[in-house]
Amino acid sequence: MPAPYIAERASVTQVMAWVLIALLPGIVTYVWVFGPGILVTLAIATVTALAGEAAMLKARGYPAKPFLTDLSAVVTAWLLALSLPSLAPWWLVVTGTLFAIVVAKHLYGGLGQNVFNPAMVGYAVLIISFPAQMTHWAAPLQLAHAHLDLAQSAAVIFGLDRLPDGTTMATPLDTLRTGLLQQHTVDEIMAQPIFGRFGGTGFEWLAFAFWIGGLILWARRIISWHVPMAFLAGLWLTAGILHFYDTGRYGAPWFHFFAPSVALGAFFIATDPVSGATTPLGKLLFGLGAGFLTMMIRTWGGYPDGVAFAILLMNVAAPLIDAYTQPRVYGARSKS
Amino acid sequence: MSRELFRFHGGVHPPEHKAESNSRPVHPAPLPHRLVIPVRQHIGNPAKPIVAVGERVLKGQMIAAPDGVISTAVHASSSGTVTAIDMQPVPHPSGLPDLCITIDTDGRDEWIARTPLDYRAMPPEALRQAVRDMGIAGLGGAVFPSAVKLDPGPQRVIPTLILNGCECEPWITCDDRLMRDRADEILQGVTVMRHLLGSSEILVGIEDNKPEAIAAMQAAAGRLDFAVEVVAVPTIYPGGGAKQLITTLTGKEVPSGKLSTDIGIQVFNVGTAYALARAVFHGEPLLARLVTVTGHVLRPQNFEALIGTPMQELVQLAGERDGMTGLIMGGPMMGQPMPRPDVPVVKATNCILVKSDELFPPLPPPLPCIRCTRCADVCPADLQPQDLYRFARAQDFGRAQEYHLFDCIECGCCNYVCPSHIPLVDFYRYAKSEIWAREKEKKAADLARQRHEFRLMRLEREKREKAEKLAAKAQAKREELTAAAAAGDPEAEAKKALIAAAIERARARKAEVTPKNTDAVPPAVQREIDEIEARRAKILAQARKPLESEKET
Repeated sequence: MPAPYIAERASVTQVMAWVLIALLPGIVTYVWVFGPGILVTLAIATVTALAGEAAMLKARGYPAKPFLTDLSAVVTAWLLALSLPSLAPWWLVVTGTLFAIVVAKHLYGGLGQNVFNPAMVGYAVLIISFPAQMTHWAAPLQLAHAHLDLAQSAAVIFGLDRLPDGTTMATPLDTLRTGLLQQHTVDEIMAQPIFGRFGGTGFEWLAFAFWIGGLILWARRIISWHVPMAFLAGLWLTAGILHFYDTGRYGAPWFHFFAPSVALGAFFIATDPVSGATTPLGKLLFGLGAGFLTMMIRTWGGYPDGVAFAILLMNVAAPLIDAYTQPRVYGARSKS
Repeated sequence: MSRELFRFHGGVHPPEHKAESNSRPVHPAPLPHRLVIPVRQHIGNPAKPIVAVGERVLKGQMIAAPDGVISTAVHASSSGTVTAIDMQPVPHPSGLPDLCITIDTDGRDEWIARTPLDYRAMPPEALRQAVRDMGIAGLGGAVFPSAVKLDPGPQRVIPTLILNGCECEPWITCDDRLMRDRADEILQGVTVMRHLLGSSEILVGIEDNKPEAIAAMQAAAGRLDFAVEVVAVPTIYPGGGAKQLITTLTGKEVPSGKLSTDIGIQVFNVGTAYALARAVFHGEPLLARLVTVTGHVLRPQNFEALIGTPMQELVQLAGERDGMTGLIMGGPMMGQPMPRPDVPVVKATNCILVKSDELFPPLPPPLPCIRCTRCADVCPADLQPQDLYRFARAQDFGRAQEYHLFDCIECGCCNYVCPSHIPLVDFYRYAKSEIWAREKEKKAADLARQRHEFRLMRLEREKREKAEKLAAKAQAKREELTAAAAAGDPEAEAKKALIAAAIERARARKAEVTPKNTDAVPPAVQREIDEIEARRAKILAQARKPLESEKET
């Protein structure tokens, strides 16, 4: 066997495990803010993802063990689960996860080959196919009229129980969107209790928790600063310009900035190396583009949130971005 | 010491493992009973054997002469009898044998007459020739013939001379030991290098994990009558790569596809400088070198070993242990696996790293690339290894080349950090060799086409010339007749002269295009050719006679 004979103690499993660990602050905060329903969703998504992964590996003739233990399917499952409404019905979670793993991942060639981020493909499929069920967001506990414990949440998710009144609520983004359609000004809408100090009440804490997770990934060198910073900068700049143009019609940049979907997207999803750009400059362009598109879709698109579509659109552009942003190699500066 | 240093991109910090072997003093390895000395120990043409089986040779006697410009001599490392000149296993991962000269030593270690060179008085070309005949090649691992590198070429002077004492590969400590113990002689070698290259700035780069070596070299530099700056450079792999060291010390980059001399810099390993000093000041050819024997042995240390010593003997001297799984020549990042443990120490053998499963556990099986770009983060050539891998795998060699495959120095950093454990460097080596093979094929095809086109052209021209000749002959006949009819016509004379000149020109042209495939023919064939040529000359002379005699009339 040729050199090198030594290797750093790094593995795909380790990389994926760090992503999962970095998601933990977000999950804890999620439970604290919205109740334990998310744990049920996470469990359903994880089991579905591993089952789908195992079935596809078998069908494609790949060894199951190294690929099941690489934890990449679990990462996809968790990212999708955290993007879904926490009280979404079980079949919604299963459908989305299966689509992510089977179609977006394995039919494109499996680990490392997928053009699109699988979790975002799953999300896109669900929001296009089942828009009504995708609004089952638990209300933040401090605003909710009724609290669901773990068993009640599970009963709701599995359809054994009806969703009690006052447990779900329109998300801040939905509220803003509907309010603007009803010709209210941003200031009037933002006066509602769903809006907190920075973003949405409760939602902003979730965003902070994802930020902490992002910092963990950055500190562990799992991600570089390029994509998240560019994403946030692109979003802030676009939102800021719109807000500056007409404060009555466009939400303040910090409101968009402190949305959990943005934090999750910027630190965990846009940083997916497989479907993103790889060159340093390319990563900046990728992030900027995703941030810009997120705001475009939020403002003029048909869906309340645009992070998923923005990232999918940038996934398409990633190979082109890479091709045009090749860094200068050693010794290439020669004048001759 | 206050020199501004520059940072090259990337690099890694593998565990150094230097302490195992660098604390013991250099130990001279005992004379082996048998030396197997390959004639190909350097880059370029292998040396040509000049001894015969059964011949007695002395220590330091040239046994194979350099062949061509990029080549260097090979010498008997000790006195004894040549017992074989044949194919033997050599330290190459392929395990393919190569031409070696085997010497059974007589234990007397009897030297040839050694005469130091008066290098200041010698013409530079003669000095370089002597260096070549002394078998000096780069001892850092690349074994490029030093005489070639000591030629400043048309620039006449190489302003900056860098001595490489970085030794950035883990485990290896032979340069460290050499600098600690023999700093003065290393710098004597630098005196000769400086003399030949005309360098005004001399830098010695040593990684800062070798404080003893730095101190020894600084002390030695203080004893010189010219300035040598010993610079401690940050310890980072591959900081001792020539290109990387140049960047660290000068901030300059060697342009892609060019040599460091194109930017006025030449780099030599400290071991090469030492060997040069022994050659010039003591008349000793390159017969021995320091070899680190480390890894899975009882007493890791440095030996001064004769070229041709079986590696196994050095491993035994260092204390063989159970559980040895093979030998690596070089370090763990770029070293080569040895096909068997009894291959000889050669000029490139800086380290024999003894493997065991404990020290070098087998790497887990590779997983698909997840494009995490850790490889790009550590690549000292600033490449995008993940893309090169993709292209090499897809056999898209054109794209691989576009993405600067040939700027890859195969340092192994990308491999080292890859979380998917993909043998990336193997893919690059594969792509490079495929591209070379295809280029060779293309060249061969081009040559064949050229030959064919030339043949068609030649046939065409021969036909034309034949017609011309016939026409000229006819014309001459006519002239003769008219001359006979009206002798002494000046106009006819002039015409005749013109025709003669034309014929002469045609002959000259033909002589020019005579095929020159007569290089390196066996003597028998050569004799035959000579005979034919002689005959042809006679015929030609005869054919010319009537014309000349005619002119005289």
